[in-house]
Amino acid sequence: MNIVGWFTDPTHWSGPDGVPTRVLEQLYYSVLALLVAVVIAVPIGALVGHTGRGGFLIVGLANWLRSLPDFGLLILLVLLAGVHLIPVMVALLVLAIPPLLAGTYAGVSNVDRSVVDAARGVGMRERDVLLRVEIPNALPLLLGGLRAATLQVIATTAIAAYVGYGGLGRYLIDGLHRHIYVEMAAGAVLVAILALVVEGILAAVQRAVVSPGLRPTDSRARPPSEPKNEPTRADAPDRPNPDMAGVT
Amino acid sequence: MIWGWIPRNGALIVGLLGEHLILSLLPVLIGLVLAVPLGWLASRSKAARAVLIPSAGVLYTIPSLVLFIVLPVILGTRILDPVNVVVALAIYTVALLVRSVADALAAVPAMVVAAATAMGFRPTRRFVSVEFPLAVPVLIAGLRVATVSNISLVSVGAAIGVGGLGQLFTDGFDRSFPTEIVTGIVLSMLLALVADALLVSLGRIATPWSQVCARAGRAA
Repeated sequence: MNIVGWFTDPTHWSGPDGVPTRVLEQLYYSVLALLVAVVIAVPIGALVGHTGRGGFLIVGLANWLRSLPDFGLLILLVLLAGVHLIPVMVALLVLAIPPLLAGTYAGVSNVDRSVVDAARGVGMRERDVLLRVEIPNALPLLLGGLRAATLQVIATTAIAAYVGYGGLGRYLIDGLHRHIYVEMAAGAVLVAILALVVEGILAAVQRAVVSPGLRPTDSRARPPSEPKNEPTRADAPDRPNPDMAGVT
Repeated sequence: MIWGWIPRNGALIVGLLGEHLILSLLPVLIGLVLAVPLGWLASRSKAARAVLIPSAGVLYTIPSLVLFIVLPVILGTRILDPVNVVVALAIYTVALLVRSVADALAAVPAMVVAAATAMGFRPTRRFVSVEFPLAVPVLIAGLRVATVSNISLVSVGAAIGVGGLGQLFTDGFDRSFPTEIVTGIVLSMLLALVADALLVSLGRIATPWSQVCARAGRAA
């Protein structure tokens, strides 16, 4: 059976091992983890970026957690706590929070100081300065962090099949164990398509919500308002351009 | 934790550590060698940029487990061949660095390039001794991300049987033995942190003028 045969076989499109079920499982874990991560990381990152206090902690934590092997973490958690929602969520959160935190923090703290001063100058309260000036200006980096987190989460959810979770990774792992190469290949294609579609959607969202005035950020040199107190970090990868914040 | 397990299996652990080091750092070298010319091309030609940068983004989006499984078909290798892991990680490294190199070269001030040209530098020598050195800080930043994420990603290869320290994860899982997994995690993180620190020092050595500027800034 070749891969086209696999995809056109109706038995692969229904039941608990069907493609729709596996896609939904995959999305369930990924979306839930990302939502929780956004709720935790964005307010903290924004607050730290706004006040300018504790930034080194966030950059340090993000760099440190990036070196954590997610596969090992997931296996350890499942071994200690069993196959249910909590271990996989903890593993996914540990992955998703650092890029989001770093992206939000870098975005907010890199907003041009003169823009922030102007906002204060026209009488905005601190809350409005953050919500209506700093956050909108931080969106390119914030969403860059979200895209990096999303990639990580989708990839790691696929690996979670190894320790017994559902999702599209099941085809990869089951195919591997049963020596059915076509099933592995089909799973690989499905995971890759899912990752690319989600990335495409997020890129479109980014284009839609980021102010046109901020558009050429991708190739722009680092803004002059870069915090001066971190000379060794000035070249550090704490500025998560979507391609730079780590993969799985 | 059963501490006694670690010295009893010292030889195994050191062997896996070495394998992990090769599987994660060889791709960084290969990726660097490929990314510099590609990034140069992308910084020169709009057309090359329009092709290279989006393709790098797409390659980077593909999860590692998928690449480990698909590459044997494309390369004609066996699924357990370590070459699959090396090629997959080299692809990620190139994808990440092409963009860094292109952006860094594009950000070299036009005045600097013009000054070098006026001093009689030919394009090749100008690239080697002016433009490339100025791109080093960004390149090092990219290399740090690539190296640290490669070291973490090698472990995923253990799911298909080739994964350096990742084999401690799968083996520890099969035997329900957390000590083995924790050992693997700690060593993998240490490896990443040491490699990262070495790259930071390398960046300092390669850009002596940045130290001079920093000192001058403090003095002034």
